[in-house]
Amino acid sequence: MPNPKRRHSKARTGNRRAHDFLSQPTMAECPNCKEKKLPHRACAKCGHYKGREVIAVGESK
Amino acid sequence: MRHRLATKRLGRNTEHRRALLRNLVTSLIMEERIHTTPTKAKAMRPHVEKMITLGKRGDFNARRLAASYLMTPESVTRLFNTVAPRFGDRNGGYLRIVRTGFRKGDGAETAFIELLGSEKFVEAKQVKSAEDRAKRAEEIRKAMEESGAQGADEGKDAK
Repeated sequence: MPNPKRRHSKARTGNRRAHDFLSQPTMAECPNCKEKKLPHRACAKCGHYKGREVIAVGESK
Repeated sequence: MRHRLATKRLGRNTEHRRALLRNLVTSLIMEERIHTTPTKAKAMRPHVEKMITLGKRGDFNARRLAASYLMTPESVTRLFNTVAPRFGDRNGGYLRIVRTGFRKGDGAETAFIELLGSEKFVEAKQVKSAEDRAKRAEEIRKAMEESGAQGADEGKDAK
């Protein structure tokens, strides 16, 4: 079986991982409730999209 | 490169995929709006549009072709009598897909697909289901009260 020839230093591991991170999703502002929402999707807070499309949110419980 | 990939395969073999799409199209024609994933909504869109085009043709052969695709005779009737006449002056683009969030169980993105001009149908259905829910809740409450009274009596006897 092939084996590593040299010790792998902590710095090497750290340097490799320097670029491993999550990025924030792009958010848009809901024109109805001013809440942050995902673009091109109905607002999760108020259920509006393109001025009207109401999907019942919350109050339907 | 995604060259020459005309259809989404949806993780299914040909028959399974065809059955799924036929079911989705039939449901949409009957219900005006259905909630599903954006991928399935987009995959079914051309099929729905073809059905509506058949509905606009309106002749006997078109009806037979629609009946051979749709799952129920009622949906064929509804397509030709209710759905297709609404789109007489429109060439395609009969549908709207809106992404609505994420499903609890598996985190999949959800969307609804609806026939344009379905607002009054959808609203009427929402009102009706709310009424049904209220009625059912009332019935359950009554049943609970009755059985609760009985249960209390039995409890006394046991003591």
